[in-house]
Amino acid sequence: MRMNEARPNNGYKTIGRRAARVEAFTKVAGRAVYADDVHLPGMLYGRLKRSTVAHGRILSIDTEHARALPGVRAVITGADLPVRYGILPVHQDETALAVDRVRYLGEPVAAVCADTEDIAQRALDLIDVSYSPLECVLSVEDAFAARVRLHESEKFSGNAHRVVALEFGDVAGTLAGCEYTREDMFYYAGSTHLPMETHATVADFTDGRLTLIVSHQAPYYLQRILPKVLGIPAHALRVVVPYVGGGFGGKLDPFPDTICAGKLSIITGRPVKFTLSREEVFYNHRGRHPSLMWIRSGWKQGEMAAVHFRAFLDGGAYGSFGTAAAYYHGALQGTTYRLGTYKAEIVRFYTNKPPCGPKRGHGTPQPRFALECHIDRVAEELGVPADELRRKNLIAPYSTTVNHLRVTSCGLDECIRRVVDASGYHDKRGHLPFGEGIGLAVGCYISGAALPIYWNEMPHSEVMVKADRSGKISAYSGHTEIGQGADTVLAWIVAEVLGIEPDEVTLVLRDSDSVPPDLGSYSSRVTMMMGNAARDAAEKLKQCLAESAASALSADVGEIIFDGRKLYAADRERFITLEDAIQRAEAAHGMLSFTGSYTPRPKYGDFKGAGVGPSPAYSYSACAIQVSVDTDTGRVQPVKVWIAHDIGKCISRINVEGQVEGGVYMGLGEALMEEMAFTPAGLLRNAGLLDYKSPTALDMPEIETFLVEDPDPEGPFGAKEVGQGPLLPVPPALVNAVYDAIGVRFDEIPVTPDKVLRALERRSERVGPRRVIEFPFPEPVKVEVPADAADRDV
Amino acid sequence: MKRTIALQVNGAAQEVLVEGGRTLLEVLREDLRLTGTKFGCEHGECGACTVLVDNTPALSCITLAQLCDGKSVTTVEGLEGPVADAIHAAFAEAGASQCGYCTPGFAIMFHHLMERSAAGETIDPRRELSGNICRCTGFVKILDAYERGTAKQRV
Repeated sequence: MRMNEARPNNGYKTIGRRAARVEAFTKVAGRAVYADDVHLPGMLYGRLKRSTVAHGRILSIDTEHARALPGVRAVITGADLPVRYGILPVHQDETALAVDRVRYLGEPVAAVCADTEDIAQRALDLIDVSYSPLECVLSVEDAFAARVRLHESEKFSGNAHRVVALEFGDVAGTLAGCEYTREDMFYYAGSTHLPMETHATVADFTDGRLTLIVSHQAPYYLQRILPKVLGIPAHALRVVVPYVGGGFGGKLDPFPDTICAGKLSIITGRPVKFTLSREEVFYNHRGRHPSLMWIRSGWKQGEMAAVHFRAFLDGGAYGSFGTAAAYYHGALQGTTYRLGTYKAEIVRFYTNKPPCGPKRGHGTPQPRFALECHIDRVAEELGVPADELRRKNLIAPYSTTVNHLRVTSCGLDECIRRVVDASGYHDKRGHLPFGEGIGLAVGCYISGAALPIYWNEMPHSEVMVKADRSGKISAYSGHTEIGQGADTVLAWIVAEVLGIEPDEVTLVLRDSDSVPPDLGSYSSRVTMMMGNAARDAAEKLKQCLAESAASALSADVGEIIFDGRKLYAADRERFITLEDAIQRAEAAHGMLSFTGSYTPRPKYGDFKGAGVGPSPAYSYSACAIQVSVDTDTGRVQPVKVWIAHDIGKCISRINVEGQVEGGVYMGLGEALMEEMAFTPAGLLRNAGLLDYKSPTALDMPEIETFLVEDPDPEGPFGAKEVGQGPLLPVPPALVNAVYDAIGVRFDEIPVTPDKVLRALERRSERVGPRRVIEFPFPEPVKVEVPADAADRDV
Repeated sequence: MKRTIALQVNGAAQEVLVEGGRTLLEVLREDLRLTGTKFGCEHGECGACTVLVDNTPALSCITLAQLCDGKSVTTVEGLEGPVADAIHAAFAEAGASQCGYCTPGFAIMFHHLMERSAAGETIDPRRELSGNICRCTGFVKILDAYERGTAKQRV
């Protein structure tokens, strides 16, 4: 659908437009196909039998009655899928179906496929599993104190899954010499992604080849992991991803339903579909880690001379992305602020709950919350406005952080200025009537991880652009469209380079049989990496066509202008059509197909753990929130949100704004209401949309978005990420506003009405954790502060 | 108990043999292969499955198919005419779809609200749309699309 709107006044024809995304009409007309919409002839329906205890040994599984039920085609248990896997190579601790032991309530123990979903469901009831219960561990404190060990092969005691200890410079020595120090404790509750589409897979094994049509963010990793788990050669696996109905990090791991669909299709020789119920999505989880945190900072003349940070992550039952989440907890403090010295000690524990993993912001919203709330208090005690204290300590553009990360463009100062000015922060802070308040916070996120999950030298994104003699331009890519607008980014970049309209670019997408690899939609990497690869491929085609046109027009290659399916000489009078240029080039060279690739060129430190945090570029956000607290009901209502995001360069304005607004929404949900809650037996109490509260249209305040554009040298046309970063400043800005409104420091989220009322009744000064765990952190890896830290223009 | 029901779906007469417990959503998606209507929560909480039954919004995931015998059903695929055109254009211009999974439910609600609006009723879109959950947009661009849609309708 083309819309009438002004061209951007930025020298580009397409980049930066406010125009519809490429699949807008398909989606609003209900024609977009998602995995559960796929129906194949002879298709069977699969269901998973799930554990009814949170921790126990499996004594027996009796599937005989289920197998005997008419219409049941196959039943499998852990014995049929014994190969261990995990998304991270360092942690291969999962099986699709529990083997010998279950570690969370809801863990799959058996799978069934049958002629109908009803029969499959009835068959589950006929499977008899008996358990010998084990001690159930539901918090980091319990995990550390418990005698039982969730994973006996782990090298750490106290159910610790991963321990990080890094020190940059001499933190204790610096703290001792500081004029002012302060310490605080924080708790950030666990929440889940809650994509509107539940996980779904259709598996089709035929002629020795397995096709998976799956709702997934990163099919590349399914291709790496599933052949091993299913015992098929990698070349025999085809992964197709339709439109994905939301991800937010919740569709990144290989999941039991996908693996069981594949296995059952191999066994039966028929297509098998698994579509999870809403309740089951809560068990797949991989959401926000609940995190208990402690921070101590030391200041000299208003500068952050030292920061010592500790975090205790509740990881759930398996590793998942947890190692990365643990490292990310300590990685991005230095990308916003110039820290003199820095120490991070982080431990992730196993507990008997659905595994936590990467939710929007992946391990960084929790420490960001702690840091931004902490700075708010430091500013108050030092008698400095919170924005001024932050601005005084900002990392400089084009500098190196205390933990050896290379920062390129940084528009954070401008972001802070924009939201402070627009919100009237200085006039309001401390001056609004009781019950009204305003708060400020900032954040930062990566534009893709510079190092891949499987370390290798190959490109992270590859795109092919093809021109055929009809004049059609096609772009082939393996990225996934989870709602962020990646298809639009691809079409617009190719269109911009070739001077055509985005709807003149045919997209061939996410079928592993026909597209080159892309690592997937995670870590805010797609615009940066797929975008650069697309530009690379399109520029090569452009060069070839320019040569063709130059020859036809007796002009110089460098003077050819691409505009609206015509290739002009510099005089803007002589031209040949795009079709003509393609046909001439095809006659000269044969098939016109060009590939583009992107491999990040990271600069990072030489120490263990240095691989988490490096990115081609960092995005920055600042947020001010005004709230109104109802002192009778305890309800916190955000009145207005001002948010500025340093996007580098905006490719699709609507999509960038949409990501900012969506990030604000998800941050408000985490700050105000979303939390996974468990019974003492480990049953998730709110595994449904009725009980798991998320904000509705009525809860959402007005959002005023400012986009700060300072093109980054690494990004395509200067673009940086926007999918995750804007969430980060929202929870701390909200609690900083609640403090301004009612004088209570909420050092934990969500800020629910019951907590607010209790705090007001008891005249509490703060709500939050009062102790952390005395964990025996090992001697930290000691790293020198880089010599060029915080210098400009390194 | 199985029973044959007669439905008028998007203007076409359909007869479907359904079990007593089968929902309208299942009949639409599985029997009639009208997959534009989405399964989101199965509890009537998210609104992704919203369709019009005799011109009134209904949550098809908690509506028993047998109770719809003799009724007309409009799904997202059946939205046609000037109001539907306005909705489609408004959604695209505003950028109101991201992942798009909640979009069909919103499109149905828009159609219903815009018809009520055209009949002279004052509509509070925030309140009326609060039964439809979107996890992508924060509702900002959806509410913008509603304003755009009603503006197009008035032209």
